[in-house]
Amino acid sequence: MSTAIERHLYDVVVIGAGGAGLRAAIEARLAGKRTAIISKSLFGKAHTVMAEGGAAAAMGNANSRDNWMVHFRDTMRGGKFLNNFRMAELHAKEAPERIWELETYGALFDRTKDGKISQRNFGGHEYPRLAHVGDRTGLELIRTLQQKIVSLQQEDYAETGNYESRIRVFQETTVTELLLDGDRVAGAFGYYRESGEFVLFEAPAVVLATGGVGRSYKVTSNSWEYTGDGHALALRAGATLINMEFLQFHPTGMVWPPSVKGILVTESVRGDGGVLRNSEGKRFMFDYVPDVFRKQYAETEEEADRWYTDPDNNRRPPELLPRDEVARAINSEVKAGRGSPAGGVFLDIASRMPAEQIIRRLPSMHHQFKELADVDITKEPMEVGPTCHYVMGGVEVEPDTGAAFGRVQGLFAAGEVSGGMHGSNRLGGNSLSDLLVFGKRAGEHASAYVDTLPARPKPAKVDVAAAVEVALAPLVRTGGENPYTLQQDLQVVMGDLVGIIRREGELTDALKRLQELRVRVANVSSDGGRRYNPGWHLALDLRNMLVVSECTAKAALEREESRGGHTREDFPKMSPQWRRVNLVCSVDEAGEVHLDRKPVPRMRDELLSLFERSELTKYMTDEELSELEAE
Amino acid sequence: MKRHFRVWRGDASGGDLRDFDVEVNEGEVVLDIIHRLQATQTPDLACRWNCKAGKCGSCSMEINGKPRLGCMTRMSTFTEDETITITPIRTFPVIRDLVTDVSFNYEKARETPAFAPPPGLAPGEYRMQQVDVERSQEFRKCIECFLCQNTCHVIRDHDENKPAFSGPRNFIRAAELDMHPLDDRTDRKEFAQASQGLGYCNITKCCTEVCPEHIKITDNAIIPMKERVVDRRYDPLVWLGRKIFRRDQLESAENMAPSTTVGVAGTSGGTTLGASGVPHSSVRLPESAPIGPDGRMDVAELLAPQQGGLSPFGEDISFPLPPEYITYTHPERDKNQ
Ligand SMILES: Cc1cc2nc3c(=O)[nH]c(=O)nc-3n(C[C@H](O)[C@H](O)[C@H](O)COP(=O)(O)OP(=O)(O)OC[C@H]3O[C@@H](n4cnc5c(N)ncnc54)[C@H](O)[C@@H]3O)c2cc1C
Ligand code: SF4
Ligand code: SF4
Ligand code: FES
Repeated sequence: MSTAIERHLYDVVVIGAGGAGLRAAIEARLAGKRTAIISKSLFGKAHTVMAEGGAAAAMGNANSRDNWMVHFRDTMRGGKFLNNFRMAELHAKEAPERIWELETYGALFDRTKDGKISQRNFGGHEYPRLAHVGDRTGLELIRTLQQKIVSLQQEDYAETGNYESRIRVFQETTVTELLLDGDRVAGAFGYYRESGEFVLFEAPAVVLATGGVGRSYKVTSNSWEYTGDGHALALRAGATLINMEFLQFHPTGMVWPPSVKGILVTESVRGDGGVLRNSEGKRFMFDYVPDVFRKQYAETEEEADRWYTDPDNNRRPPELLPRDEVARAINSEVKAGRGSPAGGVFLDIASRMPAEQIIRRLPSMHHQFKELADVDITKEPMEVGPTCHYVMGGVEVEPDTGAAFGRVQGLFAAGEVSGGMHGSNRLGGNSLSDLLVFGKRAGEHASAYVDTLPARPKPAKVDVAAAVEVALAPLVRTGGENPYTLQQDLQVVMGDLVGIIRREGELTDALKRLQELRVRVANVSSDGGRRYNPGWHLALDLRNMLVVSECTAKAALEREESRGGHTREDFPKMSPQWRRVNLVCSVDEAGEVHLDRKPVPRMRDELLSLFERSELTKYMTDEELSELEAE
Repeated sequence: MKRHFRVWRGDASGGDLRDFDVEVNEGEVVLDIIHRLQATQTPDLACRWNCKAGKCGSCSMEINGKPRLGCMTRMSTFTEDETITITPIRTFPVIRDLVTDVSFNYEKARETPAFAPPPGLAPGEYRMQQVDVERSQEFRKCIECFLCQNTCHVIRDHDENKPAFSGPRNFIRAAELDMHPLDDRTDRKEFAQASQGLGYCNITKCCTEVCPEHIKITDNAIIPMKERVVDRRYDPLVWLGRKIFRRDQLESAENMAPSTTVGVAGTSGGTTLGASGVPHSSVRLPESAPIGPDGRMDVAELLAPQQGGLSPFGEDISFPLPPEYITYTHPERDKNQ
């Protein structure tokens, strides 16, 4: 087997070609740096393509009272005050500029009557705030950035006669290791998926923009790319992860048929009158209204049904409880044996309104089920269940620059792979704007960092040789386990034991099983050669999935409270003490995961003053409150 | 229940159809079957996919000879005893199994001049009406599955036309920019005609038929682009003169990157122009559009004996083909190229 390694020299290497990666690359190129973009799939097909709803930015086009302070407040509330306040602040302030900038790259958003960018309502946002293009906003975003990169390449072509003289896209290329020179980033090592050949990028600065981790779960809205590579690369390079216990589960993903398992069913189905039923046909949500919400939610089906037409004199149906409550309820029904055949519950709109009304109110859902599943939602109920959707946790970064914390230097992170911005729960639409704001910042600061270096760091030959060996191991080994079986087993452990509702016993059990899996993964083998061999690729991704899963399980066991995307059945309340704590993961030389507690940074006073005191009392300890008083 | 499948396996050096019996469950799509094959019988079977929801355009393949997205082709659309034959898309060189080298499409996209922002408008000052952006928005729905490129007979089995022909995906990109309310360039149609090989297209509409996003490629993009080019340069002599003039103009313009009429000849396979200023092709010269006495083109479906274009597979064939009729051999790359 040839172990020849192709070598490339760049100033900035961006790993990931989603919204965050492309925006970072544009910025690095504009700063005059020779830039490489690396992506596991084809250019323009990263996960960002799947986002539907929109990108949140307080442009105030739909309601002129909207501004960055309102957006900031919404984001902090959504994240239950655990967010890194500085990131939330920068995000709210800069999102409008970043969206407007897209128009100068050629984006065509839906318009308001006076010709501005139209903005739509979304859960948790006080005013209509999401810039959108129908239900394909992510596609517009990624295509726009892709085309901007092409236009920069055209400028370079005009000047140098070579499209790739300043910015080059390495598509279908996977990075498996970051290389260091002391504590400084010196490059990245990976392979071309097409040929299986190895490639070494020497670069003083690396931007991680690799997205999320959802592939470790049985039911997920995420694609095969989401194996937590960036998280794991950062850990192994000496950086740290925060908030890894917080995963967003959307309550209504499709569970049947298998071809569409995990795909989202929009919340407006419930908003428009859809109800949840168990296998006995019972509308079970009435049994799951928690005391704190008792006053706002209906107690009888009759009252709930009246709400749709007369919301002023009736209370809301319990199907419209917050996402985590609904997800929890569905989970309990399934566990009690009252689930649907495919392990979800029934979402029924067919019996609730005439067919033509369903088609008029929910055209895209009707279309989605027809095209993907051959299910006519005007005749049959849908089968739905919670689906793993987004990871709030990620690389711990310096808010202004996106530089990773920990001992490593020259490593930056942006997008879903970075942590802190969304706290314990992300608001819909805040991700796309997050990609743009922090993608730009990471690209800019990575470039600035390169300028400060007196000499280029060099990757060590032994490290490269070690990376080659690790990459080839599954092919060389014979008779080891099949990577697909291992992935399925991992998904079972994470889905069943570190899923939406967590318990101490199950988490301890999960950690034990992850240890067992680790031994098996170390022994994985794959048939076939190096050319486009998905079995081999999966075998290499597994170790990343595993270490990231371990971080999630460890942090979930440690955090003894329920908050946002982390629900502990044994600690069902939100605790002000725990709000002050971030859980930080790192790995040591031997690859063991360590967990440390770190205080959450204290919000600046002028930002604190944006909130009513009565609201702060819900989140803060008495001690913090009396400190406030004293000022 | 087990069903019978034939899947093409191999690489650039050759390959063949292999037989598999695979478990199929209710509600599954073809991509699920490929995943089951990977998990149970052929862990190294190569296939692209990402979203499994028809949003990313990765999983293009030919199923019983029809260009389709694997994730949007339900198993229930086949009869129970039917053999399902899966082959890679045919217009692009095979890398391995169902994965092909689609870099042609990215190169052609790179030769199409990008959006030119209007001078004097700061970010945030763009004002456009919904009705005006909708035409371009239709084309921006494109998920770049390249099924249209794969189907177009100008390059399907005609590698020699590839240098001169950008294909329907890039025609809609040119049309999108042409119809963009604020794009600052006015020569999108001329560019499409002169450098993208729009003239090769004879409006068979096969591209429209296979587009999973239901973009009306021919009616809404190609025909309007042709018409307006026709309007401006109906007289071929005037056209030639103007074309040369435009080329001068293009070369002196700023930020024009590769968008001269000679494309990016030589470097990444743009059009090479002969002495007459027309592209070389071993097959045929670009056909000019069929223009009526009024200087406009017929709207094809109103006059044609049938709706839509002719099938690229011939009119006397219906799908799916019985397996014994599929004589698939993957085109070999021309060694002299
Ligand atoms: C169904 C769905 C709907 C959503 N809807 C919305 C919405 O309406 N609004 C919103 O704001 N957010 C939404 N989100 C969330 C949002 O889409 C994502 O969080 C966001 O797109 C992530 O972008 P990113 O740039 O961080 O990474 P991605 O776009 O996921 O890109 C990751 C990139 O990294 C590359 N990569 C990964 N690992 C490696 C490696 N080892 N080597 C090389 N390259 C690698 C991948 O190939 C890819 O190019 C939605 C998510 C889903 C799944
Ligand atoms: S109409 Fe026919 S010839 Fe023209 S681009 Fe489409 S498939 Fe090709
Ligand atoms: S125009 Fe349609 S068929 Fe062609 S690449 Fe785009 S989505 Fe695919
Ligand atoms: S997997 Fe994305 S279109 Fe089929």
